[in-house]
Amino acid sequence: MAATIDLDDVANVELEARSRFTHRALVCTSTGCLSAGAANVRATLEADLTEAEADHDVQVVPTGCPGLCSRGPLVTVESRGEESTLYQYVDEDAAHTIVREHLVGGAPVEGGDIVPPDIPFYAKQHQVVLAYAGRIDPDRLEDYVAEGGYRALSKALTSMTPEQVIEAIDASGLRGRGGAGYPTARKWELLHDAPGEHKYVVANGDEGDPGAYMDRTIMDSDPHRVLEGMALAAYATGADKGYIYVRAEYPLAIERLERAIRAAKRAKLLGRSVLGTGFAFDIEVRVGAGAFVCGEETALMASIEGRRGTPSLRPPYPTERGLWGAPTMINNVETLANVPAIVGKGPEAFAAVGTETSKGTKVFALAGSVTNTGLIEVPMGIPLREIVFDMAGGIPNGKAFKAAQTGGPSGGCIPAAYLDTPVDYEHLRALGSMMGSGGLVVMDETVKMPEVARFYMEFCRDESCGKCTPCRAGTVKMYAFLDRICRGVGRKRDLQHLESLCRTVRETSLCGLGQSAPNPVFSTLEHFREEYLELLVEDEEFLPAGAAPTAPGAPTDEAGAR
Amino acid sequence: MSEHNGEGRRLRIATAWLGGCSGCHMSFLDLDEVLFDLAEKADLVYGPLTDVKEFPPDVDVTLVEGAVANQDNVELAKAVRANTRVVVSFGDCAVTGNVTSLRNALGDPAELVRRVYVEHPDIRGAMPTDVVPALLPYVEALHEVIPIDVYMPGCPPSADRIKATLLALLDSLAAGEGIPSLDWRGPEDLRFG
Amino acid sequence: MSPRNGRPNVPVTIDGQDVKAFEGESILELARRVGVPIPTLCHLEGLSIHGGCRLCLVDTGDHKLKPACATEVTAELDVTTTNAEIREHRRRIVELLFAEGNHICAFCVSSGSCELQDLATEHHVDHIHYELGYERHDVDASHPKYVLDRDRCVLCTRCVRVCDEVEGAHVWDVAMRGNEARIVAGMDIPWGESSACTWCGKCVVVCPTGALSFKGRATGEMRHDPELVAFLARARDEGEWIDRRAEA
Repeated sequence: MAATIDLDDVANVELEARSRFTHRALVCTSTGCLSAGAANVRATLEADLTEAEADHDVQVVPTGCPGLCSRGPLVTVESRGEESTLYQYVDEDAAHTIVREHLVGGAPVEGGDIVPPDIPFYAKQHQVVLAYAGRIDPDRLEDYVAEGGYRALSKALTSMTPEQVIEAIDASGLRGRGGAGYPTARKWELLHDAPGEHKYVVANGDEGDPGAYMDRTIMDSDPHRVLEGMALAAYATGADKGYIYVRAEYPLAIERLERAIRAAKRAKLLGRSVLGTGFAFDIEVRVGAGAFVCGEETALMASIEGRRGTPSLRPPYPTERGLWGAPTMINNVETLANVPAIVGKGPEAFAAVGTETSKGTKVFALAGSVTNTGLIEVPMGIPLREIVFDMAGGIPNGKAFKAAQTGGPSGGCIPAAYLDTPVDYEHLRALGSMMGSGGLVVMDETVKMPEVARFYMEFCRDESCGKCTPCRAGTVKMYAFLDRICRGVGRKRDLQHLESLCRTVRETSLCGLGQSAPNPVFSTLEHFREEYLELLVEDEEFLPAGAAPTAPGAPTDEAGAR
Repeated sequence: MSEHNGEGRRLRIATAWLGGCSGCHMSFLDLDEVLFDLAEKADLVYGPLTDVKEFPPDVDVTLVEGAVANQDNVELAKAVRANTRVVVSFGDCAVTGNVTSLRNALGDPAELVRRVYVEHPDIRGAMPTDVVPALLPYVEALHEVIPIDVYMPGCPPSADRIKATLLALLDSLAAGEGIPSLDWRGPEDLRFG
Repeated sequence: MSPRNGRPNVPVTIDGQDVKAFEGESILELARRVGVPIPTLCHLEGLSIHGGCRLCLVDTGDHKLKPACATEVTAELDVTTTNAEIREHRRRIVELLFAEGNHICAFCVSSGSCELQDLATEHHVDHIHYELGYERHDVDASHPKYVLDRDRCVLCTRCVRVCDEVEGAHVWDVAMRGNEARIVAGMDIPWGESSACTWCGKCVVVCPTGALSFKGRATGEMRHDPELVAFLARARDEGEWIDRRAEA
């Protein structure tokens, strides 16, 4: 048997090493802060500490995302025996000051730009999948292990049968976090029961909803959590190979996942005999080529196999015939990231959070007209109002809330009257929206809802793969109607034709992209129909320059538009 | 559009020629002896076949041939709609734009006009003045411009097709029953092209 | 349709008619065998199932309509092949196909031998509710014998499949996506430069519209012959080209 690492030893060495530092400066190097200048902040901190000969007492740690993206670059200072301090909007000057006054001087910067530790943005969160995001270096296996990482895998491999692992997932009530909310344990059972020499587990990281980056953050801030979740899924279902499908637009996540896979292989946490138990499991990253539809599982599998990423008919379902004809299970990244916590701490702890039918937490990406944009992880069932007004800090510039869009281009708008709705699968669906993968776009009173519908329809039109008629041609024509209406030259009958076409596209499209493409139209019509009606002209009206362009690339300026 | 029904008086029919080749009108003339039956049921009050200048009021049925290609087409189409109980989109150009709409793929009509009137004439090419009606940016099917009651596709619709649809319409209007259901129409009555 | 052994024994109700289906038979195969018409466009007997046109959708009591071409019968299945709602959906799909390209029959080489034209008539499409699209794609006339007019293409992929599955040349594939999706030869080269093309013309005969035609045909002169493929596929399945004398 190959020698394996002792997880506790690794953790102890790591914790011991950390304890030698009086301060640790955790610099967010996730995508948001990096684009705001975090690399420079990190370099400045390191240079100043070297110059001050304090680099033996102070450690600078590049970390994942602490969530408050709109206030980046973010630097957290952890000091021995004291509350940690979170600095916001850190630039080069602020970095110099932090070194001088806090890391060397020993006290938080007087009058510094510090995020109060009790702000609702953090106080109302309940972190499971983001528990280590912003606290550990995603590129170091030791950091993950020091926080307790890979203990769930070790526990499962040594003391649980695969069936017991599935039972734990079942008892936790975990449901798919990719949007549809299918019970995760059901899927696992299907793969477990599927006959086959080879089986595959796939992590779906092809997140593509506008404004959503939950999975990106999980992957680039805590990649080992995804690997551990996949290994647990593989053990439970009998899979021997895993793929992480990540869109090419996430280079940092790809890089960190690949580094994490290499580290895990070296540590025998992946490979021919995981932790010396004889359980064989390997993971590869597959990079998508930038198609939204590849988040759909059959299209995703086609893409992994190197074929054109278009959906195919189901049945057969992936668990019957998936990658290269073998049984395959596709789970969302966030779903898998929940697994180590469920197996490690037991399903009861997980199920204690959330609502009757929606257990655990959900990560949301806050975007749009809110004071704090960023990532939050909240208990299922939290009222939308608390997310928007407490955590996100409400609408800036004294504007009124108009609607929140969840579920991206497949979802819908939730108007102000429903702000007290608990955020879970059932309630959002009842409102004509959906949980989706976790994008939450807040719109203020200045936003025109038909334009919102047009925006999402443009997205679906551009992302349609073209395989089935209703989605390929229907999204173009739905967009044309919406564009006409938005430009004030839509006639009453155009709205009727739009609605009937929306129904046909919903009922007849091949895959979820097409079936849900009309949702933003249905939802905005349900809650804001009067905004459409105000824009319509009589059927007898004819405005020759008014009709909409029929194809992308056609002229859209007033003079050239048809 | 007048509200009276056709009972107690002769029906009035009209035809109109927009952006089309007049092939649909030729096909109408191909009704041959049926034209006599038609003349017994209705008066032809307007069209390229009459010498009437203004579109008259109180027309029961108007067959409109051709796509809407220029401003004159728009005005005539509107006059037809305002004065007709049952407007028939007559032939593929009216129904889909058809051949007339081929220029839509070429983009800016000003460029098209320049090519036709300036570049291509043998002698003295010049841009047309107000004699030529202004072209619309895009050729439109008739139903994009005015609401339509009955569609009769075909390039051109055959005489048999015109006969079947028109007689059904006139009989129904004469009986005061309004626009009849045309669900009976099969391949002979509906085919494009 | 591969030859089936034994007798049909799966009880199925189709439009109120109790019939017996073969094990593994699709709803479409069953319907055609018992004489119930279901419209199709991308489907072609002898080729693999595509499922993209969505015209053969039927109601099986499931919460979603099912493509008859790709849905296998199960015992006691109750299929409604058409009702007012399904007819409306089909009509709109035919209209969408008309509206997305240049499907103007009056100057089309395939007028009179066009499945899209027939579908329009069958579904009482007497006008198009949607804005018509005009030429957006190139015509490829580089082949000495054939022409590809992409604006008349409905992306049924019959040409792609017949070339790959029957001829074995795989000249064709789909490039780009959404309404920019288009049929391309090789890695998007002119058809005439494709060394893989055998000039067999199967793609041309199976094309349901005027997208693929013989060169030099004028309006209405093209005649397609899609049934040819079923004949070839059946002959292949039954090994009709194998000389059996040696075996005997």
